[in-house]
Amino acid sequence: MTTLPAVSARRRITDRFMRSLMLVLTIVAIVPLILILYYLIREGIGAWNADFFTTDPTGRFLGDPGGIKSAIWGTIVMVALASLIAIPIGVGVALYLVEFGKQGTFAKIVRYFVDVMTGVPSVVFGLFIYIVLVVTKVGGTFAAWKGSVALSLLMLPVVVRSSEVVLNLVPDSLREGALALGAPRWRVTFRVVLPSALPGLVTGSLLAVARAAGETAPLLFTAAFVFGTQFDLSQRMNSLPLQIFNDVSQAQDRLVQRAWGAALTLVVLVLILSLVARLVQRRSRLA
Amino acid sequence: MEAGTMTPRADRSLLERSPRARAADPILRWTLTALAALILVLIAFFFVRLFIEAKPAFDKFGYVGFVFNNNWDVSKEIFGAWPLVVGTLITSAIALIIGVPVAIATALFVSELAPRRSRQPLVILVELLAAVPSVVYGLWGIKVLAPKLQPAQQWFSDTFSFLPLVGGPVSIPNCFIAGLIMAIMILPIVSAISREVMTTVPSENKEAALALGATRWEMIRMAVLPYSRAGISGAAMLGLGRAIGETIAVTIVIGNAPQVPETIFSQGYTLAAVIANEFGEAASDPTHRAALIAAGLVLFVLTLFVNAIARYYVNRAQRGQRSVPQGMAG
Repeated sequence: MTTLPAVSARRRITDRFMRSLMLVLTIVAIVPLILILYYLIREGIGAWNADFFTTDPTGRFLGDPGGIKSAIWGTIVMVALASLIAIPIGVGVALYLVEFGKQGTFAKIVRYFVDVMTGVPSVVFGLFIYIVLVVTKVGGTFAAWKGSVALSLLMLPVVVRSSEVVLNLVPDSLREGALALGAPRWRVTFRVVLPSALPGLVTGSLLAVARAAGETAPLLFTAAFVFGTQFDLSQRMNSLPLQIFNDVSQAQDRLVQRAWGAALTLVVLVLILSLVARLVQRRSRLA
Repeated sequence: MEAGTMTPRADRSLLERSPRARAADPILRWTLTALAALILVLIAFFFVRLFIEAKPAFDKFGYVGFVFNNNWDVSKEIFGAWPLVVGTLITSAIALIIGVPVAIATALFVSELAPRRSRQPLVILVELLAAVPSVVYGLWGIKVLAPKLQPAQQWFSDTFSFLPLVGGPVSIPNCFIAGLIMAIMILPIVSAISREVMTTVPSENKEAALALGATRWEMIRMAVLPYSRAGISGAAMLGLGRAIGETIAVTIVIGNAPQVPETIFSQGYTLAAVIANEFGEAASDPTHRAALIAAGLVLFVLTLFVNAIARYYVNRAQRGQRSVPQGMAG
């Protein structure tokens, strides 16, 4: 029996080297994540206390800078409103693409432009809402609901694309079964297709919500910055990303400290959303 | 007539639904179609409004003049976006040079080399990078990364001053740090799309290479990389699109100096950063505002262009298999 000639030393060393290089680069990719989380916790946890979450920023130049209550509240309210706008429209468009449009020309055009929207930088969306709603003074200038509209534009393509992927996974046999039993199209859509795709739709929507929660640029031009907690959607409203952005640009240590605390809060919020999204996805029967 | 009663009627069969019940289907269909059409209308409206609002700036400085004039001076009301365009290109180039090789290596490691059980955790860790908000990257970049890396950058700047765009003093907020932060931010999407494309490489090709005696690396080089080249280029272009549009993190770490950066370690400005940074002062000045909106339009057109190329490559690579990894769809 003949044995194969051994792999030459040069090839073996190249193989070893390239494999180690890829391992090292993978580690390099993960290092920033660990560093960011480390610094967030180290710097941020110091800012956390009961007052931090229950007081508004004071805006005083000296003394107590206050907490981030208004920012947390604003982020929750504006992102919730944005979700109420973006998720129904997004799922609706995805339903159109999967149930009616399919591979038709119009559906292809819509799909292309949804992709276009995905690529539009968030700052441009902010600018757009600023031009259309703020400059024209539709119900005052800066307002929380305008911030929500800007965020919803950002979420829309994410919701459409992820919903479309999930709706496509619903087996045609389910639709055909329901139609064969005499169910009308709308009943098939609402009673068969949507319920079977629900976990996936929730996952996609939650990921869109998580993305919107961290966005700063669109809010900068639309909801603007304010210190106090605001319940009126037609007024300026604070938000976590804007609070951080404002505090970072200050040269004062105690404001930077608050920025770290707010950043930790924001990241925890976003991570919880992503985690819930993954858990829902895992329970899904499809895929 | 009551629904459900068994009285037969001449003009309608028993099994047929009432006209009202039948109306539901077209209503659903046309409502959903209208929603889809709404997106097209929105984008058209979007473009037209941006253009109308930017028109004063283009009228004053000319289309070519606005983009290529190297002078952005707010106090003299002269708006030439060239320093911003150059800043955008330099930082994006740095982001691609650093980010793309790391992203490809990560994708290769996860899809071809890593032990099966460690794959999913690695994927999740890399995707978590995408969950960190832009403003948090900015905060970390300016307060931790920029000061810590300053000595290393200064050493590099002194040692390699013969290279173009290197040399001279290193300022703490600078283009390189902005590029580095962008590299971290584009890593997850480039890696995810590359990985997606690599999974489409037929295992026959890989097994054939191994059966012919190739080592793991030779298999990657001969079977995986050639097959997924188009997709990887597309992924890199998508990353470029992201980098160009990145706003808040860059605004925080780039220093916001409206001049063409002399070296990669000087302060700069990008199209996106100028909008976020100067928008407050521009509210009362129509020319300035028009100039910022024009900058937004240039940014918009630039990202459209880059993304169109990216989609072309990615779609070609995936050939019919139309799915973007979950959570990466944005």
